[in-house]
Amino acid sequence: MGLTTIDWLIMLVYFVFVLGIGFALKRSMRTSKDFFQAGRAMPAWVCGLAFLSANLGAQEVIGMGASGAKYGIATSHFYWIGAIPAMVFVGVFMMPFYYGSRARSVPEYLRMRFDEKTRGLNAFLFAFMTVFSSGISMYAMARLIQALHLLDTPFTRMGLPVSLIFHVSIAISALIVLAYILLGGLTSAIYNEVLQFLLIVAGFLPLVWIGLKNVGGWNGLKQTLPGAFTHSWQGMSSSATNPLGVEWYTLVMGLGFVLSFGYWCTDFLVIQRAMAADSQNAARRVPLIAAVPKMLFPFLVILPGLIAIAVVPRFVEQPVPSAHVILASAHGSAAEADPTSSNMANLRQGLIPVKTDPGTGRPMIDSNGKPVFDYDLAIPNMLLYFFPSGILGLGLTALLASFMSGMAGNVTAFNTVWTYDIYQSYLNKNASDAHLLWMGRAATVGGILLSVAAAYAVTSFNNIMDALQMVFSFVNGPLFATFLLGMFWKRATGHGAFAGLLAGVTTGLLHIGLTLPVGSGVSVKGGWLGAIHYYPSEMAQNFWTAIFAWVVCFAVTIVVSLATKAPNEKDLVGLVHSLTPKLPDQDLRWYQQPKYLGLAVLAGVLVLNLIFR
Amino acid sequence: MGLDIRVPIGWLFTILGTMLAIYGVINHRPTYDWLPGTNINLFWGAALLVFGIAMLLLSRNATAAARK
Repeated sequence: MGLTTIDWLIMLVYFVFVLGIGFALKRSMRTSKDFFQAGRAMPAWVCGLAFLSANLGAQEVIGMGASGAKYGIATSHFYWIGAIPAMVFVGVFMMPFYYGSRARSVPEYLRMRFDEKTRGLNAFLFAFMTVFSSGISMYAMARLIQALHLLDTPFTRMGLPVSLIFHVSIAISALIVLAYILLGGLTSAIYNEVLQFLLIVAGFLPLVWIGLKNVGGWNGLKQTLPGAFTHSWQGMSSSATNPLGVEWYTLVMGLGFVLSFGYWCTDFLVIQRAMAADSQNAARRVPLIAAVPKMLFPFLVILPGLIAIAVVPRFVEQPVPSAHVILASAHGSAAEADPTSSNMANLRQGLIPVKTDPGTGRPMIDSNGKPVFDYDLAIPNMLLYFFPSGILGLGLTALLASFMSGMAGNVTAFNTVWTYDIYQSYLNKNASDAHLLWMGRAATVGGILLSVAAAYAVTSFNNIMDALQMVFSFVNGPLFATFLLGMFWKRATGHGAFAGLLAGVTTGLLHIGLTLPVGSGVSVKGGWLGAIHYYPSEMAQNFWTAIFAWVVCFAVTIVVSLATKAPNEKDLVGLVHSLTPKLPDQDLRWYQQPKYLGLAVLAGVLVLNLIFR
Repeated sequence: MGLDIRVPIGWLFTILGTMLAIYGVINHRPTYDWLPGTNINLFWGAALLVFGIAMLLLSRNATAAARK
């Protein structure tokens, strides 16, 4: 039982390549610029795929498949509304200032444009969030390996207790990521992200193809599933009539504008990839190149979720006897002892089983007595159900690769912000370049250790993951207001930006404390100051938190800027739009010019929305 | 940057494609009925192999062009 030799061999070959790339790059890591900025010598397409891949961590592949199963094709809003417009904006309008300023990181841009305290605030918040994101990726991967029983057979054969699998999974993933970043820095991370992107396509494309064939294609899905699952805009006029529980204007403002621009336009995790490009024009093309596969990704990661609930499982003639498809805990003794929970445990939607409590092994029930489905298993169960050994190894490798690149992306962003924006700015201002390179490697080790600690913190406190989602909404929410004013309004001052950011984050926090989604009790997720407003869903609450935080940050930045001394215009050349000479792009061919690429991408998204409306 | 990314991509997909295709030939399961009549390992292995070789050729052309 378990995976066969060929599956293990495929995984092994992949990991040999991952580490091999690190070793091959070791010799070219001579300066801190090589290590943290990939020497600023990458071609645009390589950075573009890495830009996309770095964001493709645990939350992405597993989460989008899960949302596909839960909400249907409306999940594509997270791509077509919640990513593409912001990616076009950052490429066409913002990248000249990030790249042209010669800043080495996003917080460093804030220091050049505003002042030290604004940079400090951003650097510390960002460092904290990357460590937790990386820890969540690690945690999710170890849980998945455990849940799919991938390592059970080798462990029993070696006489090791199965309870060690979680810890060993964390240790192995940490060591692999540590090794290839230590050896090859950002270049190594970027190269591996490209590899991982291609692997995801190679592993998931046949899955979607086989899956669709077996549910009768897209038309088959349309007939099997409720209408709202196959139409992304159906019922969006009211929060009560669509699966997401938000109206279209909340979606467009909260997700499409505030949260999406706050992430894609300001998050150093992705911007770092674009800043590694070999020229400013290449850097501007990076997000636009990434946008093309990004808008097609719903077909690779969301569609499997829809197929997973449409499939009518055929257990009798199960084609892959070795597969551990997790369908209801049939052998759970607790379930057998209790007839009601036993019935519950046999419930499923397609390939999606009922969620079981990891402590008691009992099926989980929500406050209305309805079973809770474990949507996170949509994609893993699809792989195990449809793939025979051989290609199954490829699919699982793709899945593991996505977790690792999510971790590596966060760790490379962390080591750069730590070394340049915290260590060099506050602890050792006169450090030599060789010392910074050493510090970068030390920060990589430190970042990984902190991620491991974060992964275990998530293990011990179940609600940390939910709490962090909430933290991201009010930390990322206001950021775009700061950058928008910083880049396009020369009157914005450092005091204004700092006050605006603080006010925005505080507003977000207060908003969460004062509101609740309908039907939830007071928890860390809301209402702890007394609920004065109820939202139709958690998503709606989340979006409005971000919208309020953004508006307050925008307004406070303007008011405080006008009340403080205007910055000297000479210091803002290259940092603000109106004071920066425009780089001519006439010598580029039309398809290399960011504005045309951007328009083409937006047209593509419009067409996709019309097709799947 | 010392290493052309297309080289590791090319070799990885050439090796994985070859492995899958060979496995597909020697271990074809007629009972695998999700795609009747298709040897998925052989078919997809061959596709990956073609992609891998294309990447290796591209990197070779680039090196040759750089030498000239």
